[in-house]
Amino acid sequence: MAHDQQDAATPGAYLIRGAAILGGAAEDLLIRDGIITARGTDLAGTDAADGATVIEAAGLVALPGMVDIHTHLREPGREDAETVETGTRAAALGGYTAVHAMANSNPVADTAGVVEQVHTLGRAAGWVDVRPVGAVTVGLAGEQLAELGAMADSRARVRVFSDDGICVHDPVLMRRALEYVKAFDGVVAQHAQEPRLTAGAQMNEGDVSAVLGLAGWPAVAEESIIARDVLLAQHVGSRLHVCHVSTAGSVEIIRWAKARGINVTAEVTPHHLLLTDELVRSYDPVYKVNPPLRTDSDVQALRAALADGTIDVIGTDHAPHPSEHKECEWAQAAMGMTGLETALSVVQATMIETGLMGWDDFARVTSIVPAVIGRVADQGRPLEAGEPANVTLVDPAARWTVDPSKMATMGRNSPFAGRELPGKVVATFFKGHPTVLNGELNTPYRHGSGQETGPAAAPASGH
Amino acid sequence: MTSVTEAPVPARVVLNSGDIDRALTRIAHEILEANKGSQDLVLLGIPRRGYPLAVRLAKKIAAADPAVDAAAIVGQLDVTMFRDDLSHQPTRPPYPTQLPRTGIDNKVVVLIDDVLYSGRTIRAALDAIVDLGRPRIVRLAVMIDRGHRELPIRADHVGKNLPTSSSEKVRVRLEETDSIDGTPVNEVVIEAGA
Amino acid sequence: MKHLLSTEDLSLANAVRILDTAEEMAAVGDREVKKLPALRGRTVVNLFFEDSTRTRISFEAAAKRLSADVINFAAKGSSVSKGESLKDTAQTLAAMGADAVVIRHWASGAPHRLAATDWIDAAVINAGDGTHEHPTQALLDAFTMRRHWAGLHGTPSAGADLKGMRVAIAGDVLHSRVARSNVWLLRTLGAEVTLVAPPTLLPIGVGQWPCSVSYDMDETLAKGVDAVMMLRVQGERMNASFFPTAREYSRRWGFDDNRLRALDSLGLKDTIIMHPGPMNRGLEISSAAADSPRSTVLAQVRNGVSVRMAALYLLLSGDTREPAATPNSAYSNAAHSTKESH
Repeated sequence: MAHDQQDAATPGAYLIRGAAILGGAAEDLLIRDGIITARGTDLAGTDAADGATVIEAAGLVALPGMVDIHTHLREPGREDAETVETGTRAAALGGYTAVHAMANSNPVADTAGVVEQVHTLGRAAGWVDVRPVGAVTVGLAGEQLAELGAMADSRARVRVFSDDGICVHDPVLMRRALEYVKAFDGVVAQHAQEPRLTAGAQMNEGDVSAVLGLAGWPAVAEESIIARDVLLAQHVGSRLHVCHVSTAGSVEIIRWAKARGINVTAEVTPHHLLLTDELVRSYDPVYKVNPPLRTDSDVQALRAALADGTIDVIGTDHAPHPSEHKECEWAQAAMGMTGLETALSVVQATMIETGLMGWDDFARVTSIVPAVIGRVADQGRPLEAGEPANVTLVDPAARWTVDPSKMATMGRNSPFAGRELPGKVVATFFKGHPTVLNGELNTPYRHGSGQETGPAAAPASGH
Repeated sequence: MTSVTEAPVPARVVLNSGDIDRALTRIAHEILEANKGSQDLVLLGIPRRGYPLAVRLAKKIAAADPAVDAAAIVGQLDVTMFRDDLSHQPTRPPYPTQLPRTGIDNKVVVLIDDVLYSGRTIRAALDAIVDLGRPRIVRLAVMIDRGHRELPIRADHVGKNLPTSSSEKVRVRLEETDSIDGTPVNEVVIEAGA
Repeated sequence: MKHLLSTEDLSLANAVRILDTAEEMAAVGDREVKKLPALRGRTVVNLFFEDSTRTRISFEAAAKRLSADVINFAAKGSSVSKGESLKDTAQTLAAMGADAVVIRHWASGAPHRLAATDWIDAAVINAGDGTHEHPTQALLDAFTMRRHWAGLHGTPSAGADLKGMRVAIAGDVLHSRVARSNVWLLRTLGAEVTLVAPPTLLPIGVGQWPCSVSYDMDETLAKGVDAVMMLRVQGERMNASFFPTAREYSRRWGFDDNRLRALDSLGLKDTIIMHPGPMNRGLEISSAAADSPRSTVLAQVRNGVSVRMAALYLLLSGDTREPAATPNSAYSNAAHSTKESH
């Protein structure tokens, strides 16, 4: 992709030329001062394009900036694993312009103070829009509701609440939370894992766990909570969001619930669309994750569900860990996989290249619907004139080999290490400013004046 | 059929079946002569081919001295564990070691092997014997002595002395263990080296 | 063979090779000089993260009989108190010049991690990992069964397999590495295996295993068995509701005096009773059964040293190329024709 620079280029003005908009016909997009000012063919010569830096995008696909409904940025408290700075750099490289940062930090994000701290760190970093998720219960202890209203009213404007990592297993508490968040259009995102059925569990319970001698994690532990929660949501008339759905049985329950008009949304991780528990035979803890990798028939059911809308969105559940928590015995290892920088490629490999989805569906599940669920007004918007310029440019024909040591995330725990994957993010525009150009980090967006640093400044050095 | 089947390779036959048999007859008489009779004799064959040679020798000794029970004086001595080159070879599982019921303490043990070359196999055999008991005398009988000793070892009874170059291979084939194209064969051949 | 981690992927050829080599190693134990120089100068480290005096001593005896040097490393740390990491421990051992690491660990898969990573270069022998595998136990069990089975048929053990032998394995299969290793090895050797346990102590997925499953001990015995292997059951499992009381477990699935008598009345005069130890007398096995002439418990212990000698020898003595062909087993049989009975 050629990157033409005209003399005296106007800062904040970009002309994306010849990109396939959502995989459709090739058109130009003109971006100025954070807004898409024009969309059409042959905008290059027009007055409107005068002074804009041209980005040749023939052969690339233009998508609305991706919105991750489920990420772990680890800060505050677990900066040995990741910080807001490193995590959001990874997000930008992955094509994201917004991420929802889960609340299981240390201290837990269960007060206005902590969520505002995370919000401020996100703005200072400037790579993506960081939307803090508020905990449902104080300290994630599952006993007492956190101050959900205060978090909603804070500068962080929290709308998504989750004890992710831990299940809100007390049915009365879950009911109250579902009811309470209606007051400010919030949604409870449930990590569905019945704690007693999964005490000491290490991997999916099935044929592989029987042979490997690892304590099993039965699918029913996820499904029984989802079944209960959709009925609760129906009963109290609330929205419910289900995190990281991993089994065919869960898909069936959600499909049944939607057919009855229950207001439930669901997410799936990229790794659950590709990987199965057969990989655990190596006992390599890079494959240890919560919920665990399941069987091939689960993978197939999840793909079909994402394609037909039963599962609404992709959530990476990006979970970086320091290497000493993964370079050990399986039973000692932490659970989690990184995902921000591989999400697009894995979804392309499992859904688009298999013919189950097109790029327009991709935009739906990675941007449009996540923004709706999170109530993020300026994200997931159509790529039309007048809309905020959160745009991702992808080269679908690219092939690359995953090398965790070269990633922006501090976490080296990618289960795709060494795999060749399709699709590469070439550029990411956040509020009209390119955070990623030529497939590499550029500069962050500077809030405030609305003016940002010029194009193609030396890319910020690696962490 | 207990055989190793090999495809024929260009080689020079130096002993045929009849030659082998006559050599064994002579060796059997030499053993009796050196021992002044058959008292306390034990023949220990070193696997693989030392063992069938020991069995044949025992029968010839019994033919010459009817007081001898051929089966009762034969045994097998596996030397794999005592080799000095274990870590330089692929792992070799051991053959069974069986001693005659009367053991080897105070006996006249004659070690039997097909080819004597560097002498290292016999050195290992001496170490193996020491761990099994205390013979009164140990002697060595081989079908072929091809020279190139690397240790101070010599045979008491030799079927044939065969000067060879170290690039050549000496092969002893016995009908108990070897066949060519499915036919059991007795011969000693020298194969030219590469 | 570079490592011995499991019996699941142990080929028939390698399994028989280990058992045949163990026969020769057993012979060493009957001599005045119970030593072979084969592993002189090699260092074997016993890396035990779980207490097990008897297994450790068995490996130590095996290594010493082959003239290897033995270092015992009782690693501190457990699932609750972490201690030094597996990686650091392994690299310390490598720096000390270990040629083989015999590892027992409470976490399934720990030996596999040691073998798969580049932390050490030594041969790894799994002496029991969590609830996953215990390959040398299965091998010594098979060695014991093979001698018995061959003896009944009047054939030599060397080179033999276990075709046609009916084996029942009873107890806490879910948590048993001994059960798993035995199921795979017995399948490879051609035996017919029936697992007997309460449904709560059988893993989901056992239906895919190459064996039958029964909840009824008496019915299994009545169908005819040549060996009954009782697994240790922890009484505390009743606190996690795997069975209501030790008494009920014992009555339904224990090898009690009634079942011992049943072997006689069913005409199963040659059936042996096995147990990997340590035994819970009165829970899964009665004292009368444990001490009866049918019991092979002590023979199993003796055979453990021979089998472990064979494993150490086959892993450590050669260079790392593929092993040379097994001695022609039929030839060995011919040699046996003059073998004096021990």
